[in-house]
Amino acid sequence: MKAQQKQIGAPMNRVDGHLKVTGAAKYSAEYELPGLVYAVLVGSTIAKGRLTSIEAKAAERAPGVLAVVTHYNSPKVPGYDTAGKDPSQPATVGGPIKIFNDDKIRFNDQPIAVVVADSWERARYAARLIKAQYAKEAHQTNLEDNKPQAFLPTSAKKNPKSPMADYQRGQADAYKTGAIKIEGEYVIPTEMHHPMEMQSITAHWEAPDRLTLYDKTQGTLATRRDFAKEWGLPEANVKVIATFVGGAFGNALHSWPHESAAIIAAKVVNRPVKLMLTREQMFTQVGYRPYTWQKLGMSATPDGKITAITHESIGQTSTYEEFTESTLAQTRMMYASPNLTTRYRLAALDIGSPIWMRGPGEATGAFALESAMDEMAHLLNLDPLEFRLRNYTDTDPEKNRPWSTKFLKECYKLGADRIGWSNRKLKPGSLRDGEWLVGYGMGVGTFGAHRGGAHASAQLRPDGTVLMQCATTDIGPGTGTAMTQIAADTLGIAPEKITFELGHSDYPQAGTQGGSSTVNSVGPAVQQACLALKDKLRELAGAQNPTFASAKKEDVTLGDKHLSLSSNTAARVPYSDLLKQAGAATVTVEAKPGNEGQQYSMYSFSVHFAEVRVHELTGEVRVSKLVSCADAGTIINEKTAANQMKGGAVGGIGMALMEHARIDDRFGRYVTKDLADYHVPVHADAPNIEVAFVNQPDLKVNALGTKGIGEIATIGVAPAIANAVFNATGKRVRELPITPDKLV
Amino acid sequence: MNQFQYVRATKPQGAIDAVAKDPTAKFIAGGTNLVDLMKRGIMTPQKLVDINRLPLAKIERQDKGLRLGALALNSAVANDALVRQHQPLLALALNAGASPQLRNMATVGGNMLQRTRCSYFYDLTMPCNKREPGSGCGALEGINRMHAIFGASDKCIAVHPSDMSVALVALDATVLVSGPKGDRRIAFADFHRLPGDTPEKDTNLEAGELITAVDIPDGPFTKHVHYQKVRERASYAFALVSTAAALDLDGNTIKAARLAMGGVAHKPWRLTAAEQSLVGQPATEASFRRAAEVAMQGAKAFKHNAYKLKLGPNTIVQALRTAAAA
Repeated sequence: MKAQQKQIGAPMNRVDGHLKVTGAAKYSAEYELPGLVYAVLVGSTIAKGRLTSIEAKAAERAPGVLAVVTHYNSPKVPGYDTAGKDPSQPATVGGPIKIFNDDKIRFNDQPIAVVVADSWERARYAARLIKAQYAKEAHQTNLEDNKPQAFLPTSAKKNPKSPMADYQRGQADAYKTGAIKIEGEYVIPTEMHHPMEMQSITAHWEAPDRLTLYDKTQGTLATRRDFAKEWGLPEANVKVIATFVGGAFGNALHSWPHESAAIIAAKVVNRPVKLMLTREQMFTQVGYRPYTWQKLGMSATPDGKITAITHESIGQTSTYEEFTESTLAQTRMMYASPNLTTRYRLAALDIGSPIWMRGPGEATGAFALESAMDEMAHLLNLDPLEFRLRNYTDTDPEKNRPWSTKFLKECYKLGADRIGWSNRKLKPGSLRDGEWLVGYGMGVGTFGAHRGGAHASAQLRPDGTVLMQCATTDIGPGTGTAMTQIAADTLGIAPEKITFELGHSDYPQAGTQGGSSTVNSVGPAVQQACLALKDKLRELAGAQNPTFASAKKEDVTLGDKHLSLSSNTAARVPYSDLLKQAGAATVTVEAKPGNEGQQYSMYSFSVHFAEVRVHELTGEVRVSKLVSCADAGTIINEKTAANQMKGGAVGGIGMALMEHARIDDRFGRYVTKDLADYHVPVHADAPNIEVAFVNQPDLKVNALGTKGIGEIATIGVAPAIANAVFNATGKRVRELPITPDKLV
Repeated sequence: MNQFQYVRATKPQGAIDAVAKDPTAKFIAGGTNLVDLMKRGIMTPQKLVDINRLPLAKIERQDKGLRLGALALNSAVANDALVRQHQPLLALALNAGASPQLRNMATVGGNMLQRTRCSYFYDLTMPCNKREPGSGCGALEGINRMHAIFGASDKCIAVHPSDMSVALVALDATVLVSGPKGDRRIAFADFHRLPGDTPEKDTNLEAGELITAVDIPDGPFTKHVHYQKVRERASYAFALVSTAAALDLDGNTIKAARLAMGGVAHKPWRLTAAEQSLVGQPATEASFRRAAEVAMQGAKAFKHNAYKLKLGPNTIVQALRTAAAA
């Protein structure tokens, strides 16, 4: 039998690509159930205060309306009594706020009612007929005004070793006494995830104590856990289905009010209820990257050695949840500064809770750190790449332990060659292309190579195909494709023979898709499930042919119609015989990390190089070239991995140049409410993005050697562009986005 | 949904009659703006009179000019050989607007009649005199980075979003309308209004009046033209500031000039004084800069749009520079 072509690393097409481009892939809003009815949310029009009345009669009498649910008539949600007692729990554990539970308004557009009708149009019409009266209270929606009230997160108060706690090595704030120093304040405004697919849920009470949710979520099990808890049900009674997710970037990492509303509505009308958010509601219901203020001071020796860094940040959270993110993590471990201080604080505003947005806090923090690196290099009259090399660390200066692997220098080399870094001039404003000023900049990114436990199952079917299942989701990176490649190599069969099913809470357990951890976690489970299947087949075959009984599982070969051994091709057992006797051959395994995470510091690394053109008169910025290089361990699929890097880079262009959700603080209400006001990049904003991978396995993370790509694709892109703008113009923009008004 | 009646007109007079006698009726052509406004509950016509079947989509030569039928699609106009030959500035402006999909739906008449994109106009819970006269102007003391620097009033500081109209006002176009009282011609510069005390009125069209065509007189502006649009991304965004520039050059001497700006006022903003300042001058950076200074006289900024006082003249200079070199 001819050896199978190696699939890991190959640029295999997406296994679900055809389904997606033909519209056959079913997203959460596309499930039609018998008796399905539609729900539309009504939001508050004040940011803080109390509801004094809701006039719902006109809506109730409107054609097709089945119910209007408010806090006056909502059924009691059993879990409301116990949920969310501890605001310091991570947001994903805190669950949604308790809507329709009391008269309190905590943010503008907070759901105050849900209207259920026999069509979506009728529900929407009736929703507009609802009038509410409020007792308004003074609200706070501006972080800058609330900096004096910023506080240490509860998690840090409880645990001084928490990554959110104040950190110090060497002397505190030592940069202040440095002879060569810089200091700057940096702002990242609120940014919105805005995936193509808007949030949607169909809630179906199949029995009074059995709930099925067709839901947009990044974690079928997290959603199951949250709503089982909210309704006091055993988790086994809740089913969550998210077969396809049309992008999320983090906004489906949390359980949100609209999900609770749909479930409550379905309970009230005792029919399946579909609730789809509008694009406008995507601004208020499903989180955002929080507005974050940062201050960074740095000192260095004349020969370019960093002597101290202090990095402080204040991030926005809501009044009812303490959302935290690792804004200062990269600063603590990236450069070999002997003195280092970080302080992370929160400011609670009367706005809905934030949620991690791609790259999350690390991307925010990297904007300050990597901008500051550029500022210091400029002050020292050093090439910024050379400055970074002089402060490169071969061990983790934060945890004082070795890296599992670190090939960042290799990334620098790959990227510098591709962008043509040697064209860069030290002096800003030196290069021109007609009316356009040309500049080059770089930014570094890093993110933990996180791995969690995960289960996967593998089943051989009589026709020689293999069905694999796992509860993980695929929000777009191509998880099913990568897993199929891993399974194909491990089983030694063609990928076409493997079906990888995911996105269902009944499948073997796996974590939420987030934090660049899916391939690191699920990949090993798939690999081990495939090995376990081989062993199981060997064992089954052994009952019919003793040669198999004594063979090694690695020798087991899966042919088209029969099992054989690579060491003895004459030994064959047809699948039909094998499975007739045994019924089915299914294995489910769990793969867990060991204690490598305590011995090594495990990170993915990236560097982004940007070439920009800034118009001398209009201040418009065009990214004319972008090169992203990553040390992300083994690359499972060259094509989908590069695609993920490019998508992250485009997100970085948005962050650098246009994304900005604006609130009118007088009303505590967003004025950017659609994609005409809130800009994300269009094709014309993205150059041909070049991607290069070091592709060296990190076997400390897992046996596949993967480290994760999702976050590092974005982290460091925005400062690379900001630094290139400085190099082009001599103007340092520390408040994103870099729109023409800031450069003209 | 809001119930409304839908009728399809087959003759212009039928359409005019249907709208003239029903104050809650509206014409609908491409619907690229009206349908959005209806979805959001900002406009709630009880009757839609679909005019798409009316024979008003021709683009043709008239005596000494071009006639654009009111129902000619934005994409059809932008790609029309006559337009490109005689009025290339219009083609440039059209292609700077919206997206190909929208240009394939939007019509000449509808483009002129699109409503402002001011965020306060679009949020039913916020004050807006244009949407709800007497409720106040949310933008005046609010987030006003996109707003007017010319011709605003304390009732409204919104801007007109059309790119096409900026070129048409520069090119001395005339709007042809038919109404219950008969036909009339409106100079393009008089078609849109400044907000004054009645910002709810965008234009000087009277009830039931239907735009049937736009005439553009032939002129010498067939070569040295440019539409410079500055926006926050490379495509598919409304202008921060835009400038339509057209020059008639004799060697390097400017014989005639046309200039108008978008994104700066409640109407497309013609800059006649700046045009005059260019006549007889050499087509140089210094002349352009002087014209830009003239153009900006009387400009007044609000809290967040002061950048337009600098971006405005720079955009004019850039437009003139590019037009001269074209």
